[in-house]
Amino acid sequence: MRSRSSINWRGLASQVLVCFGAAPAAFADPAPRLSPTSIFAPASTPADSIFGLSLFVLAVTGAIFVVVFTLLAYSVVKFRKNAGDDGREPPQVYGSNQVELAWTVIPVLIVLALFMATGRVIASIQKASTPSNAITVITIGHQFWWEYRYPGLGVVTANELHVPVSNLERPTPTFIQLLSADTDHSFWVPRLAGKTDLIPNHPNHMWIDPHETGVYLGQCAQYCGTQHAKMLLRVYVQSRDEFDRWVQEQRQPASVNATTSQGQRIFETTACINCHTVAGTAADGLFGPDLTHLMSRDTIAAGAAPNTRENLRLWIQNPAAIKPVSLMPAMQLSDPDMDALTDYLETLR
Amino acid sequence: MSTDAITLPRAEAAARPFVDRLHEWVTTVDHKRLGILYITYALVFLVIGGIEAGIMRIQLIRPHNDFVSPQVFNRMFTMHGTTMIFFVVMPLVFGFANYLMPLMIGARDMAFPRLNAFSFWLTAFGGLLLYFSLVGANGLYGAGNAPDVGWFAYAPLTSRTFSVGHSTDFWTLSLLVSGFGSIGTAINIVATVLCMRCPGMTLAKMPLFAWLNIVMAGLVILAVSPLTAAQIMLLIDRYLGGHFFDTQAGGSAVIWMHFFWIFGHPEVYVLVLPAFAFASEIIPVFSRKPIFGYPVMVAATVAIGFISMSVWAHHMFTVGMSANATTFFVASTMAIAVPTGIKIFNWLATMWGGKIEFKTPMLFCIGFLFQFLVAGLTGIMLGCAPFNWQLGNSYFVVAHFHYVIVGGILFATFGAFYYWFPKVSGKMYNETLGRLHFWLFLIGFHLTFDFMHVPGLLGMPRRIYTYEPGRGWDVWNLIVTVGVFFQALGIVIFIANLIWSYFRGKAAGHDPWDAWTLEWSTTSPPPAYNFASMPVVRSRRPLWDLKHPNDPDWKYE
Repeated sequence: MRSRSSINWRGLASQVLVCFGAAPAAFADPAPRLSPTSIFAPASTPADSIFGLSLFVLAVTGAIFVVVFTLLAYSVVKFRKNAGDDGREPPQVYGSNQVELAWTVIPVLIVLALFMATGRVIASIQKASTPSNAITVITIGHQFWWEYRYPGLGVVTANELHVPVSNLERPTPTFIQLLSADTDHSFWVPRLAGKTDLIPNHPNHMWIDPHETGVYLGQCAQYCGTQHAKMLLRVYVQSRDEFDRWVQEQRQPASVNATTSQGQRIFETTACINCHTVAGTAADGLFGPDLTHLMSRDTIAAGAAPNTRENLRLWIQNPAAIKPVSLMPAMQLSDPDMDALTDYLETLR
Repeated sequence: MSTDAITLPRAEAAARPFVDRLHEWVTTVDHKRLGILYITYALVFLVIGGIEAGIMRIQLIRPHNDFVSPQVFNRMFTMHGTTMIFFVVMPLVFGFANYLMPLMIGARDMAFPRLNAFSFWLTAFGGLLLYFSLVGANGLYGAGNAPDVGWFAYAPLTSRTFSVGHSTDFWTLSLLVSGFGSIGTAINIVATVLCMRCPGMTLAKMPLFAWLNIVMAGLVILAVSPLTAAQIMLLIDRYLGGHFFDTQAGGSAVIWMHFFWIFGHPEVYVLVLPAFAFASEIIPVFSRKPIFGYPVMVAATVAIGFISMSVWAHHMFTVGMSANATTFFVASTMAIAVPTGIKIFNWLATMWGGKIEFKTPMLFCIGFLFQFLVAGLTGIMLGCAPFNWQLGNSYFVVAHFHYVIVGGILFATFGAFYYWFPKVSGKMYNETLGRLHFWLFLIGFHLTFDFMHVPGLLGMPRRIYTYEPGRGWDVWNLIVTVGVFFQALGIVIFIANLIWSYFRGKAAGHDPWDAWTLEWSTTSPPPAYNFASMPVVRSRRPLWDLKHPNDPDWKYE
């Protein structure tokens, strides 16, 4: 998956950067303390390739900045009008063809180098082929949540994406198809890859092959409406065993529990089932997130709140308290009904 | 040429009632008055747009802040962007071009004075229509509904399904109307420069100001038309059953992006070329040397004009274009860096070996040079498509384009204000206040826009009304907000200086800077007819020739 380059751009760029002492090298931290969403802490090949290119580009632009700034600072100091100036005009120089040629040719060469480095990385990321052991996920963007379907594995979930870790010798990447149910969105988890937009009627695709387990954060990066800010992303990279276990659990239909049948009845006789699916029951709505395994998630409302009983109750009673103008309606239930419903939802593991 | 003025009887002037003077201003076709109207209009909207920015920055000063609701915040960034681009910088550009162009080429007025007035009033009305949305058009959520779709209004967010009420229509219609104003002014500029230069002023002898503005005008004509077409298609979608951008019915969201950015990219060159024009006039005068490499500067300008029509999809690197298309736009974006860099080098070479005087106009132009260099370099970073896949649509982009527009264009424009204020008003501005403005604004600008790059590098997207704590963005957002107050103070001092100096400044005379272009040969302010007798020129610096009869430019050019 990783493109093999005969020129070690990263090594070269790192050398140059060490010379310039550029700050981004400090951000290149495998366990980022500064930020869990830093673009300089790649954990997957696309993000890695971009990071390598970015070091090269930063080195080149940094060098240009130093040269030109020095010339500017020098001229501002050296050619200032002195206090005891005689009032005569300085030599009136109109131009110089040699100088103009020099500072045309050199930038053209620099631009050519940047272009070639860039073209290489574009090809390595966008033209990568799908190996047979890749996990495929279809991501559908909604206002303001993420739907995930694993067609090969029979899993449907929402907001929290689970993928297996990939090692460099025998990679198991995840290929993500990007669709949208309404407006434009963008999938951006900086440590795993650059962003790719989800545009209705214009399917896109991207891939990741995370090298380390953990939770990777991101959020929607294309303005999609009022709650664009709270359309958060969480990608759970798990060991192969854990991932397989998660898939098995997600494939199960909802467990039916006699003690929460009142809550289930409320769920199925109010408007809930118009929007939500709970596999194995009468609820088969497609407008909102699949709730079959709601309690297997750490957050609700696309990351807007931790998944606790209080938040769940609040979300159903008054979504505007957590995410105003999301498309979840306030359900206007009485307190006993709310309690029963929350009890039921808590069984959806 | 004559520096005399034909005296007019002044007895009637003082006694005219206010209503008559107001009527004169409203019905004027004089390019100088229209220039002042454009610039005053722009300054009012600069303050309004600045308040919108201030509101956003206060909301973002800490995570999960509740200074304003998400609906209000989303309207703020839409209105801020639309206002600043269409109703601040474009009127400034047209205002300065209107005032100065005829004077600099030795003409009596613009080619089409009535079209000039009509274009101004179209632009002005467009802005008022946009702001009427705040009070008119009850939407779904109550009275007052400014558009909230972002200044580039991507489809299908703008369809009736996702934008209920009329807020989007105010955006569409106001830009449609002011777009015709822009095209009218652009036609006027082209005709004036091509047809109304004074005797002896060939195209190779006209000031760079004229070259930059004619290329800008050509870009306006080429670029505003696709926007107008897109606006009409959007209206057809919203009201006449069209499906151009209606993805639910097979339409294309991406085609809106193409139409918008085919306008949007040349648009930013429309904004920046006049800033180059200001720098190209001010830096030589305060370095006491001619502009270095005039023919190359002209060639670079024309090259920028042409190449700028071919780079638009670098705003769309993340939408899923083919690798070949992406690579093409990387190439064209890199290509435009070359003539732009050449210009920076030529300005530097103009200063090199000169005798630099650090008056306020020059201070702002030096700031422009430094900041435009940085902005160009972050632009190169954004032009590398894979790097763009991380940086695009993040605060890095917001920092980049504010570096260009505020750090580059606005700084050069402040320079222009101070440089030509004596000519327009006849009075000198207060130099101490000018320097205070410069330093306050410089500090505020760098606090805000230098540190704004960091949240982008750390994963913060744009257009979010709040953000999560624990992402490492908090302290940077705080610093960014603090810088706003310094900038606001700088603007207050600037406006106060303009007003105070207009009434109480020392008389400036016709040439306070010992400059070389034709506008300095007439009185300050110029009479209605500009020149008492038609100037005849032999070189690019006609006043240098007059002041140095033993060493005129035309012997060496």
